[in-house]
Amino acid sequence: MENNKIIDIQKLFKHFPMGTGKFTALNGIDLQFSKGEFTGVIGPSGSGKTTLLNIVGTLDTPSEGRVTVLGQSVGELGAKAAANLRKSKLGFVFQSYNLLNVHTVFENVEFPLLLLGIESGRRRKMVLDALEWVGLTSKIKSRPAQLSGGECQRVAIARAMVKKPEIVLADEPTANLDAANSHHIIQTMESLNREFSTTFIFATHDDKVISYVRRKIYLADGKLAKDEHIPAK
Amino acid sequence: MIAIRLALRNLIGAGLRTWLNVIVLSFAFVVIIWHKGLLDGWHNQARAETIRWETGGGQFWHEAYDPFDPFTLEESHAVLPEAMERLVSEGVLTPMLITQGTIYPSGRMLNILVRGIDPAQEIVAIPSGKLDTASDAIPALIGSSMAASSRLKKGDVVILRWRDSNGAFDAAEIEIAEVFRTAVPSVDGGQIWIPLERLRQMMLLPGEATLLVKGEEAALPAAIKGWVYKDLSSLLSELDDMIKTKTAGGSVLWAILLLLAMLAVFDTQVLSIFRRQKEIGTSIALGMTRMQVVGLFTVEGAMHSVLAAALGAVYGIPLLAFQAVRGLSFPVEGSDYGISLPDRIYPVYSLKLILTTVLIVFLMTTIVSYWPSRKIARMRPTDALRGKVQ
Repeated sequence: MENNKIIDIQKLFKHFPMGTGKFTALNGIDLQFSKGEFTGVIGPSGSGKTTLLNIVGTLDTPSEGRVTVLGQSVGELGAKAAANLRKSKLGFVFQSYNLLNVHTVFENVEFPLLLLGIESGRRRKMVLDALEWVGLTSKIKSRPAQLSGGECQRVAIARAMVKKPEIVLADEPTANLDAANSHHIIQTMESLNREFSTTFIFATHDDKVISYVRRKIYLADGKLAKDEHIPAK
Repeated sequence: MIAIRLALRNLIGAGLRTWLNVIVLSFAFVVIIWHKGLLDGWHNQARAETIRWETGGGQFWHEAYDPFDPFTLEESHAVLPEAMERLVSEGVLTPMLITQGTIYPSGRMLNILVRGIDPAQEIVAIPSGKLDTASDAIPALIGSSMAASSRLKKGDVVILRWRDSNGAFDAAEIEIAEVFRTAVPSVDGGQIWIPLERLRQMMLLPGEATLLVKGEEAALPAAIKGWVYKDLSSLLSELDDMIKTKTAGGSVLWAILLLLAMLAVFDTQVLSIFRRQKEIGTSIALGMTRMQVVGLFTVEGAMHSVLAAALGAVYGIPLLAFQAVRGLSFPVEGSDYGISLPDRIYPVYSLKLILTTVLIVFLMTTIVSYWPSRKIARMRPTDALRGKVQ
């Protein structure tokens, strides 16, 4: 792995059983991601964006090829090692937020830190810091049902960022949000990316998100169609 | 610790669903403990009353005596050996002679057992002192159940007919000196108690007895030829067996109750796993292994029983303590059923009973919580995140 290459994907295939045959979701992808990237994986529904993110996020395994995340080969990781990698180094942001409804905002953001076994005082400070990054310190006792969609997604970002992961994988993070909230969410993530050098990889087909990313990877029918780096403005 | 913490958060957050299960489970706790406590209390009282009224601390039976075979009564008596006479005079044993007889209350004919008892004895609770009268008629004691069935009351005179040891029939008037109340039907129904010496004279069996009752605290005398010693476990075996049968019957009741409570927990778990797929997927994405999520859901289900124990304690302890002090009365006489049923039963709730019940309910809840949770171990996290698991 090169110095700042944190994700290395070589000849990645992913097949799913379909009837008596199989459906190929990813078809020979070769990609590398560097630390601090702010990248969009772009393509229509069924192009393989979410599958790619799931494999990079160790939630799924390659059918063929090799995916190395932070020096660890995803296909060879055991369940516990994969869980440890997700717990300590990866953050996730989902389209429908996936907050724990019976928990408060504070408890939702605290959840990854509980899994890491961080002691109470430090945990509290880290949660409050994360909520400050997303501007939600006034809502710590609220439950997800009491928040707007934009606020929920900001809580999800705080939950993903609270442990300061190396990589955040965001699957259609703005799909359920209006334009204003979408811009706000992307700007929040961009500022976190700049402040902590966290690598952000988005699966999206939202033009608002696409307008912010600094690298655009286009997928079509599971194949890499285009990999475009945007020059810094 | 994390699992317990998260499970508690989830349970409290789930609100009504949790509390409905907890209420049903706590009800199961309280009813099981109450029912078992009632049976234990009844058992203890029935044993204590039977010891007090009938068996004493043990009995010596004439070797031919069989309480279930009245035809053996003619042969099942003998003169007391010297060693026994000494123990009788020391108050360690009290002799009883038993024979068959017939009484004719209000022109009806009732076959009965006539029991001779020493009026001075203090080993059993039969109020034999009331037999120590100067009346011409033979004084007799009967129990309240016998009084009801024969329609006899204190002061009534009735003809008693018996057959002496030579086979000759004889008859005399007996006067009811006292009607006693007892919870032990085996000293009541179909029996009259008269002074031992009078019965010996009537039967022409001087110095003889059918059985001897030992004082509760008295030491066990050495074996005596011609007499068989029956200890308490043997004398109370019928009662113990009956309580065991009642306990087994009662177990069906609380097994059904527990089954209903377990069904509620199982149903909640199945529903939870179906409804909370995204949460399961998210937990895995955030760094939990599938087995940790299985553990979390199992702990969550099992904690229903912990909360139920706490809730059950809140209303169960005062309720059960009140019953333990006040007792529970039954509208029927136990002797009507041929069982020892005191006027009031005082339930006994031992620590063992409570701990065993809590442990059984906890283990069962854990098992029914784990059972559906195993499905999580087979879930693909990506499907769970999309809520696609059927």
